[in-house]
Amino acid sequence: MDHDELLRIADAERAKAKPNEIRCCTSSGCRASGSADVLKQLKASVAANGLNDTLTAVGVGCPGLCSAGPVVMSHPDGGMFGKVTAEQAKGIVAALSGGATDAQRIDPNQPFFRKQFRVVRATAGQIDPERIESYIAVGGYEGLYQALQKRPDEIVTDVTASGLRGRGGAGYPTGLKWATVEKMPPGQKYVICNGDEGDPGAFMDRSVMEDAPHQVLEGMAIAAYAVGANQGFIYVRAEYPLAIERLQAAITQATKAGLLGANIFQTPFEFKVEIRIGAGAFVCGEETALIASVQGLRGTPRPRPPYPAESGLWDRPTLINNVETFATIPAISRNGAAWFAAIGTDRSKGTKIFSLTGKVKNAGLVEVPMGTTLRAVVEELGGGTADGKAVKAVQTGGPSGGCIPASLLDTPIDYESLGKIGSIMGSGGMIVMDDTDRMPEVARFFMEFCADESCGKCVPCRVGTVQLHGLLTKLVERKATRHDLDTLVELCQLVRDTSLCGLGQSAPNPVLSTIRYFAAEYEALLQPEEFARPPRASVIPLSVV
Amino acid sequence: MAVVTLTIDGKPVSARAGESVLAAAAEAGIRIPTLCHLDGVSEAAACRLCLVQVEGRGRLQAACVTAAAEGMVVRTQTDTLREYRKMILELLFAEGNHVCAVCVANGNCELQAAAADLGMDHVRYPYLNPVRPVDVSHAQYAVDHNRCILCTRCVRTCDEIEGAHTWDVAGRGTLSHLIADMGQPWGESATCTSCGKCVQSCPTGALFRQGSTVAEMTKDREKLGDLVLARREKKWTV
Ligand SMILES: Cc1cc2nc3c(=O)[nH]c(=O)nc-3n(C[C@H](O)[C@H](O)[C@H](O)COP(=O)(O)O)c2cc1C
Ligand code: SF4
Ligand code: SF4
Ligand code: SF4
Ligand code: FES
Ligand code: FES
Repeated sequence: MDHDELLRIADAERAKAKPNEIRCCTSSGCRASGSADVLKQLKASVAANGLNDTLTAVGVGCPGLCSAGPVVMSHPDGGMFGKVTAEQAKGIVAALSGGATDAQRIDPNQPFFRKQFRVVRATAGQIDPERIESYIAVGGYEGLYQALQKRPDEIVTDVTASGLRGRGGAGYPTGLKWATVEKMPPGQKYVICNGDEGDPGAFMDRSVMEDAPHQVLEGMAIAAYAVGANQGFIYVRAEYPLAIERLQAAITQATKAGLLGANIFQTPFEFKVEIRIGAGAFVCGEETALIASVQGLRGTPRPRPPYPAESGLWDRPTLINNVETFATIPAISRNGAAWFAAIGTDRSKGTKIFSLTGKVKNAGLVEVPMGTTLRAVVEELGGGTADGKAVKAVQTGGPSGGCIPASLLDTPIDYESLGKIGSIMGSGGMIVMDDTDRMPEVARFFMEFCADESCGKCVPCRVGTVQLHGLLTKLVERKATRHDLDTLVELCQLVRDTSLCGLGQSAPNPVLSTIRYFAAEYEALLQPEEFARPPRASVIPLSVV
Repeated sequence: MAVVTLTIDGKPVSARAGESVLAAAAEAGIRIPTLCHLDGVSEAAACRLCLVQVEGRGRLQAACVTAAAEGMVVRTQTDTLREYRKMILELLFAEGNHVCAVCVANGNCELQAAAADLGMDHVRYPYLNPVRPVDVSHAQYAVDHNRCILCTRCVRTCDEIEGAHTWDVAGRGTLSHLIADMGQPWGESATCTSCGKCVQSCPTGALFRQGSTVAEMTKDREKLGDLVLARREKKWTV
């Protein structure tokens, strides 16, 4: 593969395109509501109406409005239909030539679409994620070509200048991480893409892997060249079969095309990628546990330092980044660091994808520039709550994050601002709540998750989360006293300050943030001290032997 | 050999480069409580009892895995640390089933000793009272899972000193438990050499010699460290 060949593939693909396209979302959300049948019917109707010369029906990635799936779009006129059934396919095809359709129309100019700014998801909903030609036709692998024209350290400098920060949760500066791995002495190094995505309610990384698998590979290849690695791994949970299928297909296609493997773009650069399938443990998203898991060991974190950048997979220097982080790289390589750094805020650059869920009208995936307010995302893009009730709070960051009350919705979304109000950016889960949601119960839900997902290695997290869950249960069952509430807060501090890894350290966040903003809800559940003593019999369960 | 100087609890202390804060403190006669640390095997940093405050670092640091560094200022005894250590011990006592009065290790148990040393006089959390088995299938030894605190000292000892890797941990969260080989009874383990090193390494009464009765199970933990040293230095007599 050389650059001319890349351009030839792009030209050929564009030349092949029919004047009109009817695009059907085939990603997980729509697939679950039957989009495979819809696409089949669309293709059949195009053929039946003799439109094969002017119109093609293609499967594309997720356009984002998953709550309206299956979603069908017509191109280039911008028509959009939601909740499409297989029976409606014929009508949609007919509508393109002036016929009638009873399919429900979606306004493509509504704020949900108009107010997004797509960098990572730029091609989602427009190209066929299962064909490399489709990606190349929209500039795919051009970023890798450009990168290979530079020295590795120049790329690291670019990434640093772009201001990109890790999208896996903590927001660690990506350029700094790359520089550390790059500066390690030459020899075997690895690149790992973290696609574990264990937060309940989060599906940004799934969509990126499903909709733009080649973009992830391209980002990883650029990273590998920059840090001097020749082997990459993508760690995906087994619950993401479509992501695994598409990534595998993408690896096969890219290898065949010579975009992975040896002598990429006729340079000495060599890079192979393999997929590792995880068994779906939240803690395996933590980088050291993930590395253990890739090595075939029990997925438990180990103390850092040494950081993976210094000693990771098989004790070799390892660059580990999140899916979205890698998927941002090709655009930075193509458009330059300054272009990226101009998007977002002073310290949080670029865009961020959120999976908007909960009591929100437009649930789905949104990508917005950093610094957009929570209110804009929830009220304008999200359209407020589904039944018009007032928004009570927004939960960001999943089990490691916090609940932000409606009064703080004008907070801009950036790492520092969210941290200041007791939550985190996290990986991009955003759950909207209304006044039917009771905060102590929300806190209990996340604590149950953390207790279940604790790897069991360190004492404060293994036992502390179970005790915290017990205290929260006692509270929501109206059996707790002020003394229990004090114990709850004390124990939250212990688990936060003494746990070994981020899971335990952040597990108390949902409790502490809801106590901070919704103390009255906790107070209202408290019982006076003298009524709270449980009857003797329940103290010692009968199952004790 | 590079040497660094640091301050621990106000006392100037010297340490070999790369040595842990725990080791440096021990040499200077400053005791930091530990449970999962064992001389001679790798660190797990799992019990969190050895947490200390290091000036300039936001988070508490586990002394067993924190390298001593030049100019470091460490505090091992603060009100917060004392309270946290006590809470961690309480969590452990609430997690398993510890009835010291009838335990083989009574009086020789590191968990019990830590509780006494740190003034843990009550447990503020409800006892979880798990139902856990006792495995007496081995001809010489036994494991009482009720007293296991999952410190993994036995796992590391068996793997790193004996080289058998009979023990490992299965399950997650509070369901984590020790397993022999692929989860069979210890007596049926194909890899166990019956060397008894795990029994010596165990801080509690979880691993013991069969036939021991209350308070009889004393352990010789120094032997493990000595063994490792002797192998490394190839010196077998003192
Ligand atoms: C309990 C826990 C779970 C995590 N899960 C994920 C995950 O699913 N995906 C991810 O990219 N990072 C996850 N992380 C963060 C990773 O440890 C790591 O920081 C990240 O992959 C680095 O990539 P980035 O710099 O691109 O953000 C998790 C961290 C913790 C403590
Ligand atoms: S904090 Fe929890 S998940 Fe992390 S090492 Fe400790 S027990 Fe395991
Ligand atoms: S193992 Fe230690 S703490 Fe537990 S019952 Fe035995 S002596 Fe007591
Ligand atoms: S059996 Fe003993 S040494 Fe092994 S994990 Fe349990 S308490 Fe630790
Ligand atoms: S999966 Fe089809 S719109 Fe999101
Ligand atoms: S001795 Fe350091 S964490 Fe257990």
